[in-house]
Amino acid sequence: MRTVLILVKKELLQIFRNKSMLPLLTVIPIVQLILLSYAASNEVTALNLAVLDEDQSTSSHRLTHKFTASDLFILKATPTSNEEAMALIEMDKVDLVIRIPSQFETGFLKREKTSIQLLANAINGAKGGLASGYASAVIQDFGKNLSLESLASPQQESMRQGGIEMTYSNWYNPSLDYKVFMVPGILGVLVIILTLILSAMNIVREREIGTIEQLNVSPIKKYQFILGKLLPFLLIGLGLLAVGLLAGKLIFNTPMVGNLGLVFLFCTVDLIVVLGLGLLISTFADTQQQAMFIAWFFMMIFILMSGLFTPIESMPEWAQWLTYPNPIAHFVSVMRLVLLKGSDLADVGQHFWTVGLLAIAFSSLAVVSYRKTA
Amino acid sequence: MKVFWAFIKKEFFHILRDRRTLFILIGMPIVQILIFGYAVTNEFKGANIAVYDQAQDESSLDFIHQLQASGHFQLVQNLQSPGEIEAAFQSAAIKMAVVIPANFGQHLYPGQSTQLQLLTDGTDPNTAVTLTQYAGLIIQQFQHQGRAERQAPPILVENKMVYNPALKSVYLFVPGVMALILMLVSAMMTSLTIAREKELGTMELLLVSPLPPFLIIAGKVIPYIILSLLNALLILGVGVYVFGVPLIGSFWLLIGVCMLFIVLALALGILISTKAETQQAAMLVSLMGLMMPTILLSGFLFPIESMPLLLQWISKIIPAKYFILLLKDIMLKGSGWYYIWTESLVLFGMAFFLLMASWKNFKIRLT
Repeated sequence: MRTVLILVKKELLQIFRNKSMLPLLTVIPIVQLILLSYAASNEVTALNLAVLDEDQSTSSHRLTHKFTASDLFILKATPTSNEEAMALIEMDKVDLVIRIPSQFETGFLKREKTSIQLLANAINGAKGGLASGYASAVIQDFGKNLSLESLASPQQESMRQGGIEMTYSNWYNPSLDYKVFMVPGILGVLVIILTLILSAMNIVREREIGTIEQLNVSPIKKYQFILGKLLPFLLIGLGLLAVGLLAGKLIFNTPMVGNLGLVFLFCTVDLIVVLGLGLLISTFADTQQQAMFIAWFFMMIFILMSGLFTPIESMPEWAQWLTYPNPIAHFVSVMRLVLLKGSDLADVGQHFWTVGLLAIAFSSLAVVSYRKTA
Repeated sequence: MKVFWAFIKKEFFHILRDRRTLFILIGMPIVQILIFGYAVTNEFKGANIAVYDQAQDESSLDFIHQLQASGHFQLVQNLQSPGEIEAAFQSAAIKMAVVIPANFGQHLYPGQSTQLQLLTDGTDPNTAVTLTQYAGLIIQQFQHQGRAERQAPPILVENKMVYNPALKSVYLFVPGVMALILMLVSAMMTSLTIAREKELGTMELLLVSPLPPFLIIAGKVIPYIILSLLNALLILGVGVYVFGVPLIGSFWLLIGVCMLFIVLALALGILISTKAETQQAAMLVSLMGLMMPTILLSGFLFPIESMPLLLQWISKIIPAKYFILLLKDIMLKGSGWYYIWTESLVLFGMAFFLLMASWKNFKIRLT
């Protein structure tokens, strides 16, 4: 045990002797946390709108007004022809064109079927879908009010009163602030990535410089060597998490409802998986450049499929299965569950089991494949 | 000229010898585009919900049935008390809870109304909004049943999704991955290889060779131009043939734009390598200064319009932003020269400026 402690001390001394290391571990993650949290938003806050009004009636004007009155839609143009409207979309001037056909009002008053065309720029599919969804809702609402007015006989008046009133509230994040959702997830990803890169580069660096020889010939056991290499990075990872949580609280006032001890406990288990992976990479890479590229390759896949940016539930079945061996995916969901909703050990038990098994698998793989001989 | 060819050949050997890096450089775009095409999607595919039904009458059962029949909601839990709602959210079992009041049946009678409550898991704002929207629509339909004929027909909304009828996310990702990979191969790899020659001391050998510095740099970057073009074609091929992303505009215009971006990225790479002395420094600068902004601020993963103003301003100097706009215009809209000349001009100007800057900073003497 003493040997391991001495090794850990040596490793920490070596890491922090590099003057750029401390800022790299504190300032850069915080800057990234801030930058990412502000940039990584799929929120749609404003939609540029063009109205092609071929009817020019009171009703069509009122519909246009209903759109401009909402905060979401900004009326950018009123084209007079289809071609003009299409050109606006092509030049990215507007996200959505609403075409109100002539005879819209007369048709509506005669209680015939009337229709309104929505043209959404759907290159960004999610945004296009959302835009036409919001617009449809506005039009439906408009149509309902219009029909109630035009049919305002006493009998129907009473009918308007009856019905279902829908109320809704969004729990845990009443104002639907995207940053509340992103900060815990981004924090988790940053902790994992930095630990992975640092641990993957570490042994390769010793190999490149040639100091690995000295470690190999020293009278320490293989497990002592590996523990000595892993423990410092485990400590650094947990330290990063602490710094990040503090930054999240101070800068973003991220809610932390749950038990922080649970977060750290899970982080420890998850980091063992990551460190095992890092050790594996460094066993197979010859140069730091290679280690970097391999680590980057895995990280890219892990991050994209972690559910950080897009929900795991939207993925196809086979891709959802692939998230089980993904340490980042588990950490992102546990961070969100515990911090935002206050889930307890039983709620996140499944994540614990999976990650625990992964930790055992990866670390034994790493131990087996590491050779003390050159 | 013969010496120049020999030089290019040498550079090719360097690249081909490092099999692992080469494998990653070729494999990464394919894996990324496959992941983006199949797995990374915002498409709403339905969510698990719970119902706390206090009415338990014909009307409420009918309503619950309609919720499920819509295909957007899977009922996974019938709650018996309001206290169970929180637990269901905490174990991530459901995304929304529907609370039906005891007097739900009243809505059938004129002059009476009832309140239906939707509780969503707001931790994921987009899902929460989508769920409320869908549920609201179903509630509306449910109300209108049986009295439709007494009212004017509702206004029909014809939706047309221009350029991307099926709302596939991959349409957006193909240009994004292209920008990312071209940046990686052209800028990062170039800066790394020049930094490596410096680190190993072989740069000195090259500089004292009879080749003029211009040809040394040209010889260094030509293999990466070829590798980049290969990657671009690969991504394009997978996008078009596997995912059916349209290529409406001119293919050659597209290649021309790619070349412009590659030259720009190479200039960036050379500029970085003139400053960086070690591979690690070059790597850090490329990762932080090039890759991060390309991923975050180019509008590839996140819409630029929803960012804070400061980030929107910064995004104006990110070359990848213009490149992605151009690719989208040419591939998806089939825009001709008339629509894309401003972006092309910006890219051209940036490339010219960067080339000049790296030309000025390139030193033929080692200190």
